[in-house]
Amino acid sequence: MNIREEMQKANRLIAQIGNFGLQLVWFILHLSVSTWYFLLEIAHAVESYFISSGLMKSYKALNLGKLRYLAIVVGSEEAYQTSKVSELLQWLEAIGVKHVCLYDMEGVLKRSKEAILEKMSNATVFQEADENDKLLDQKHMMLEFVSFSDGKEAVAKAANLLFAKYLTSNNSSEDQEGEIFTEPHMTEALRAVGSGGPEPDLLLVYGPARCHQGFPAWRIRYTEIVHMGSLKSVRYGSLIKAIYKFTMVRQNYGK
Amino acid sequence: MKKDGRSRINWIFENFVTFLRKCTFRVLSVGPIPEHIAYIMDGNRRYAKKQNMIEGTGHRVGFLALMSMLKYCYEMGVRYVTIYAFSIDNFKRCPEEVQSLMDLMQEKIEGLMEEESIVNRYGVRVHFLGDLKLLSEPVRLAAERAMVVTANNSKAVLSICVAYNSTNEIVHAVEKACEEKWEEISLLNASGSGYGLIGLECIEKHERENLIKLIDIEKHMYVSVAPDPDILIRTSGETRLSNFLLWQSAYCYLYSTPVLWPEIGFRHLLWAILNFQRNHFYLEKKRKQL
Repeated sequence: MNIREEMQKANRLIAQIGNFGLQLVWFILHLSVSTWYFLLEIAHAVESYFISSGLMKSYKALNLGKLRYLAIVVGSEEAYQTSKVSELLQWLEAIGVKHVCLYDMEGVLKRSKEAILEKMSNATVFQEADENDKLLDQKHMMLEFVSFSDGKEAVAKAANLLFAKYLTSNNSSEDQEGEIFTEPHMTEALRAVGSGGPEPDLLLVYGPARCHQGFPAWRIRYTEIVHMGSLKSVRYGSLIKAIYKFTMVRQNYGK
Repeated sequence: MKKDGRSRINWIFENFVTFLRKCTFRVLSVGPIPEHIAYIMDGNRRYAKKQNMIEGTGHRVGFLALMSMLKYCYEMGVRYVTIYAFSIDNFKRCPEEVQSLMDLMQEKIEGLMEEESIVNRYGVRVHFLGDLKLLSEPVRLAAERAMVVTANNSKAVLSICVAYNSTNEIVHAVEKACEEKWEEISLLNASGSGYGLIGLECIEKHERENLIKLIDIEKHMYVSVAPDPDILIRTSGETRLSNFLLWQSAYCYLYSTPVLWPEIGFRHLLWAILNFQRNHFYLEKKRKQL
């Protein structure tokens, strides 16, 4: 009996040492990865400095023709730093971006709307109705504030609108089913519930991870999603670089 | 004799590589392993051009890469894998290319159903997700057969998105939810307890706006056979989702790697998993918040 117990103890000990060894290797692996990213961050900071100081000529002339609509996703904890958000918006205004959509999951940015607009000299809130007029107005920067409820919940509301149409068509015994549930009708229904809005060409994510955090799915079909790092370390040079890289992208749209 | 010797060396080498791989997975398992990985297999045509191959061969090499990646995923313990095989937008390509892709798909689907294929080795249940009515008859039949043949496998799930588009999926789910709700109301009315719901005039406005709930829509999504993806890997360096899993990727780690799909290998998957593990804690926190 003793021998068996001893063997069991020995087995357990070996297993524990083995586990500890594995954990150590895993930890070292992740430490190396973190070191690599730390060095990469330093390199980016240096590059950003060179870009902002105008030393890199290729970034000087930005062709903003393709960038009609820019969206920014901010992690909700970081969204409380309204001064950083305003700084970012001021840079975008200086670069010449005219339409910006601000998104955060919990709606913190929506609640700080007034505070943000105060700091901007020439910004107005985007309204569906003025879309066609204001597009030609070059002086104002249009801001849109979006949160999680404009995504999936808005689709549910739009579904209810379509359902109402479906009921009326069933009642009138016309076979219109194929004409109610189409993508253009969905877009229209989303607009009717107040969550319409153009599709962004570029989405910048400010947060620890590259994740769109529930940005309205209907609008990001072909949007380029770029991770910019944390809002704390927002840099002008990185912003320019991201926009520049976007202008270099060629999309096939499936073709 | 020489051939025998060389194949023996190959056998030893392969087994050694597999052993090393399994050790690496053992180390990785100390941290979180994703339950569901999604792949956008981009870069097949660019690969063919780069290697000066005839058009269409890039996709064949891409298929071999897919088989390796599936093997690694299932060895690592990933239960659900979803791949973006063919988008509704891809029908816009020239008819010869679309036809050759359809032929390739049919050939490979039939290959999957054979005894020694990866599907049987790892007990994988195969789903074909998308608007299958858009596919040609032979491909659709092969796909339906594959789904029936593998229906009893329960160790892992492979979801192949063909003729798929996220926006199409959302509209389809809304349509199915509406049809289901209509049947529900009709039944209630037939049994006399509908209170004239079909007329809709007597319900309160706020009730009318809440007949279809989010949960009704979500259960009719094509991809509801799997939980939301934990990591979405896109190859060839593009940073967009191209209408793939837009609804399901709210808390998903989006990983983009510059390697072309036919060139993807174990080390790319390893790097993707390491990155996933770094960001997992933050994304889990976000997922639990809402």
